[in-house]
Amino acid sequence: MDKLVMGAGGWLFLALLALLASALAVDSGFAIHMAIVSVACLIALYFKVSKADYSALARGIMQAPANEERYDDDLIRWGVIATVFWGMAGFIAGLYIALQLAFPVLNLNLEYTTFGRLRPLHTSAVIFAFGGNALIATSFYIVQRTCRARLAFPSLARFVFWGYQLFIVLAATGYLLGITEAKEYAEPEWYVDIWLTIVWVSYLIVFVGTIVKRKEPHIYVANWFFLSFIITVAMLHLVNNLSMPASLLGSKSYAAFAGVQDALTQWWYGHNAVGFFLTAGFLGMMYYFVPKQAERPVYSYRLSIIHFWSLIFLYIWAGPHHLHYTALPDWAQTLGMVFSVILWMPSWGGMINGLMTLNGAWDKVRTDPIIRMMVFALAFYGMSTFEGPVMSIKAVNSLSHYTDWTIGHVHSGALGWNGMITFAALYYLVPRLWGRERLYSMRMVNWHSWLAIMGIVLYAASLWVAGVTQGLMWREYGSDGYLVNSFVDSVTAVIPMYVVRAAGGGLYLLGAVIMTINIWKTIAGHPLREEKPMTETPYNEKADRPLVAEPAE
Amino acid sequence: MSYDTLRHFADSWGLLCMLLLFIGLVGWTFRKGASQHHDRAAKMIFEENDDGQE
Repeated sequence: MDKLVMGAGGWLFLALLALLASALAVDSGFAIHMAIVSVACLIALYFKVSKADYSALARGIMQAPANEERYDDDLIRWGVIATVFWGMAGFIAGLYIALQLAFPVLNLNLEYTTFGRLRPLHTSAVIFAFGGNALIATSFYIVQRTCRARLAFPSLARFVFWGYQLFIVLAATGYLLGITEAKEYAEPEWYVDIWLTIVWVSYLIVFVGTIVKRKEPHIYVANWFFLSFIITVAMLHLVNNLSMPASLLGSKSYAAFAGVQDALTQWWYGHNAVGFFLTAGFLGMMYYFVPKQAERPVYSYRLSIIHFWSLIFLYIWAGPHHLHYTALPDWAQTLGMVFSVILWMPSWGGMINGLMTLNGAWDKVRTDPIIRMMVFALAFYGMSTFEGPVMSIKAVNSLSHYTDWTIGHVHSGALGWNGMITFAALYYLVPRLWGRERLYSMRMVNWHSWLAIMGIVLYAASLWVAGVTQGLMWREYGSDGYLVNSFVDSVTAVIPMYVVRAAGGGLYLLGAVIMTINIWKTIAGHPLREEKPMTETPYNEKADRPLVAEPAE
Repeated sequence: MSYDTLRHFADSWGLLCMLLLFIGLVGWTFRKGASQHHDRAAKMIFEENDDGQE
């Protein structure tokens, strides 16, 4: 009982403290954020008091001991729902800002809804909210299964989940309010960064704690990828966000680095966010769900280890390719380029390993739409990790840099690889986590995968055209030595491509809507959809008989 | 430590150590008996008796 009172009192104290900070804040953004924190503490207080097991308390037990013979899956169920929810939010924001580029009137002439504020909302929603929740949920699912042990530190694990949601809410509202460090993919200000650090270290403790209590002697390779993702993201986040707040009660801070050092730190962070968040973490997913769905072991376990170490040793050096032809020293640019090109090998090692896992079971690509999504994901992983090294070559970069080609490249990786492997993982998890026979509809999975593919093709193709157009127009000199095109010429030239891109994003979103309905109905326990099965048994009764020689006339 | 000494360390001993470590880690997967170990590890995820769910 004492513990309960202490806990409840603690939440109340924190709520009051946040309220005080809100009242004393030096800017309105910080005041709103502290009010949100205060509300979050009160919600935690409500659940602490209302969900406490009072009958157990009366018998002098704080909490019924967890059943170690069962996996701790509540958290993963919440994570699946959060992934779908934030995914929809992020995709809708993405479609909206794509339409803003084609139709600027959609900026609505309000500071809160301008492209500049909604764009980080979109990127953070899809990468950190959708991708991050997917990574937390799947890593907790996989680490338990592959270690044959229940999740360590259950309360801390719950803190990780809810703390991460609070981070997302603070980051997203901050962007709309104009609170930003102006560092791409690291926009949240200092106090949100500190909060994320606390959550992330807790995540590491839960993950490593589960590995430590494992019953299976070998640590399966998916966990290596997850662990490298958690550790590296912690390091990147800490270094890139080193900053000095202007006031302890204000939202503004100044970075510890300046000029080109700051730029290099930012892109060391930025590219490794791609390398370790969007690559290593999702490869962890791939190395569990692809073999499980295909019901075949991974093609080469040795290759998985070799390409793991290669990614670890190489990725960290590739960041400078974001700063070609800038004030960054030439040798650093070349270093970034060379390592990016070498990275092609381990990336394709992963792709080949995933695809070849289907060796001997290729028919499943036709019959199992979830496997087909995984194949699409791996194919796009291969394509975008081929395109990336090409774009990092200085000569190519002089054409592609600052153009929409870069955005097209990012989306072929994000929509194709991260999105599709996450959807496949969700489709794998939902019937198992909620104890359903199977998904509500397999045909809807099929629709989702084809809509998503069509969307990505439209998206990537239109931005290739737009990017090359921009690159060529910007570098075109006339015989008089002046630039031929003004910037606005290159903007009007690509508007049709922006419309096509928005259409592609719309198809991708439509696929995700179908997924949401399908997952919703599966969770709700709706009777399975009556539909034509994915495969049929061809049988011609008339032809199925012995040949009898007919007498000649 | 000045920037200069740090960078000279990075492109000599530091580089050599990283390279040897990398070669060692990759070479380790080719040790004798590694194949059986890898086979078992790859099939381990299929050894669930039940799904262990609540």
